[in-house]
Amino acid sequence: MARMGSDGLTWTLETLDAYVENPKALVSGTRMNYRGMADAQARGALIAYLREWSDKPQNIPESEPTARKTDPDLDPAVLGIVGDAEYGEYLSSECSTCHQRDGSDQGIPSITQWPEEDFVVAMHAYKKKLRPHPVMQMMAGRLSNDEIAALAAYFATLE
Amino acid sequence: MILNRRRFIGTGIATGALLSAPTVWGQTKAKVVVIGGGAGGATVARYLAKDGGDALDVTLIEANPIYTTCFFSNLYLGGFREFESLQHGYDKVAAGGVTVVTDMATAVDRAARTVTLAGGQVLPYDCLVLSPGIDFKDGSVPGWSVEAAEIMPHAYKAGPQTQLLKKMVEEMPQGGTFAMVAPPNPYRCPPGPYERISMVAHLLKQKNPTAKILVLDPKDKYSKQALFEEGWAKHYDGMVSWVGPEFGGGAVEVRPDTMEVIVDGEAQKVDVCNVIPGQMAGKIAALAGVTDDSGWAPVHPDSMKAKADGNVYVLGDSSAQGDMPKSAFSANSQAKVAAMSIRGELTGSRVFPAKYSNTCWSLIAPEDGVKVGASYEPTPEKIASVESFISATGEDAALRKATYEESLGWYAGITADIFG
Ligand SMILES: Cc1cc2nc3c(=O)[nH]c(=O)nc-3n(C[C@H](O)[C@H](O)[C@H](O)COP(=O)(O)OP(=O)(O)OC[C@H]3O[C@@H](n4cnc5c(N)ncnc54)[C@H](O)[C@@H]3O)c2cc1C
Ligand code: HEC
Repeated sequence: MARMGSDGLTWTLETLDAYVENPKALVSGTRMNYRGMADAQARGALIAYLREWSDKPQNIPESEPTARKTDPDLDPAVLGIVGDAEYGEYLSSECSTCHQRDGSDQGIPSITQWPEEDFVVAMHAYKKKLRPHPVMQMMAGRLSNDEIAALAAYFATLE
Repeated sequence: MILNRRRFIGTGIATGALLSAPTVWGQTKAKVVVIGGGAGGATVARYLAKDGGDALDVTLIEANPIYTTCFFSNLYLGGFREFESLQHGYDKVAAGGVTVVTDMATAVDRAARTVTLAGGQVLPYDCLVLSPGIDFKDGSVPGWSVEAAEIMPHAYKAGPQTQLLKKMVEEMPQGGTFAMVAPPNPYRCPPGPYERISMVAHLLKQKNPTAKILVLDPKDKYSKQALFEEGWAKHYDGMVSWVGPEFGGGAVEVRPDTMEVIVDGEAQKVDVCNVIPGQMAGKIAALAGVTDDSGWAPVHPDSMKAKADGNVYVLGDSSAQGDMPKSAFSANSQAKVAAMSIRGELTGSRVFPAKYSNTCWSLIAPEDGVKVGASYEPTPEKIASVESFISATGEDAALRKATYEESLGWYAGITADIFG
């Protein structure tokens, strides 16, 4: 997480909320077991608790829990796209310049064998510039929803 | 299978039959010959063999048994890498189903669709891929020739030249002068000369802190200039002087026998002189007749196919494609588009839209890394930049360190992608 701060990610109530809900949406290389807190009310409570420890507390927006932003705000239809793994294999050739196919991590995180949904969420978080990394924002920025699904399908199966 | 010249001849009848009468071997395998086993050539050969292995017969012709990467060779100069860490063999390329031939290609007959090797063999092809890197333009720096490279090294094709330059910097007299004659556009690795200046400065700061660095440059601006200038002022204050064309940096002559550089008519004695001359496509591209007056080979932006010949592809530094810089990253990216296009043509596999990208990292000082990158797409005229980013001046140390660490990950990743 410290890595993110230096990258220009500012922790706002919105990004913190998104992170607590699903760490994969925002922060790379999280090897943590904590898989996120789906319940918006529980998140609100956690953030309210953390806020008590803040020296500069901000107001928590008065919105319905369900209207709260759960970044990257993916339409279930987008998450439901069945990826074309063959197209994904071609698209993945662009990724393997940096991400090693055998899953080893020597300075750039491994992206093989992720659950497809986590992969899709992470890519959309870069695409929407919620995750701050410039290389990945650019890589994801030009991929369509179908292309992201295709990549997720391919990488999920890569041995 | 790796064949050096002797074994190539030694394998005798079987090989001869394969080369001169391919139909004997089961007719349908289309032959792809790749010249140059660097960033572009080894990548395309591996991807073709991996995805098209049953339908394609892929041969890679490379002059050297071991490839030394130019990328990260500046880090070796600065003392951040061992020389051996830059070296890669072709065992895994061969294990991936590519026939690797260690020899020099000396001629291409596009009408007959054959390649001739220095050893005398003639290889037929259905599709030829050229990725021979660069060669230096004669007369680009008056007084310098390739023969003078033992005295004034270019170190712009990695190998013994890189080791020679490092030795010269280490043996420089205290308070001496290191001069670089920087190249005119276009050349491989736009930030390369300036990353090199940073690494030489880093070395000298420790061993020879009163030494001076003089950069003679025919260009009035260069890649990542603001970032390098900021870094040089921060880490190597007062050591680096940059002389642009306005003050004679564009009309430099060198005298290797007296170790002098002549700038604006005035001779100056220097202790080390790194001449990076003007560049052109690797010679075999011109011999194949696919280059134009610029010295580079124009290609179709959606496939990397040579404009001069539909059976020939040109990748990497040698190609004239538009906005992509000449880098290993670009060559590797172009190779994947070409592999997809070649497979589509020769085996009828699916063809997808071309997408290209590039990122170039540079190290300015220990853990002070910066980067520049862009994504690209074909337009009817050229490969055009779509979106780009560059590190900012004034970034904090943690981000610069993360950028450097990322570059180590990239080196591991791209070399695995190129060589297996
Ligand atoms: C100092 C320096 C630093 C660099 N840093 C970076 C960096 O950080 N990132 C980056 O992306 N790029 C970097 N580059 C650029 C990169 O090295 C080149 O752009 C890249 O290697 C180009 O790939 P290529 O396939 O076109 O040619 P090359 O990789 O040069 O491969 C050409 C190969 O063809 C062989 N060959 C040529 N002619 C023949 C023939 N007739 N027969 C048989 N074999 C032949 C050669 O032996 C060579 O192995 C750097 C370059 C330099 C000089
Ligand atoms: C130029 C190098 C580079 C390329 C090319 C690249 N990535 Fe990345 N990728 C990175 C880096 C560096 C990170 C870590 C970024 C961060 O800290 O957020 C990353 C992070 C990721 C993550 C999140 C990993 C995590 O642990 O949370 C995913 C997913 C990802 N990349 C997918 C891809 C895909 C898919 C492609 C190809 C379309 C691709 N990347 C191409 C460098 C690259």
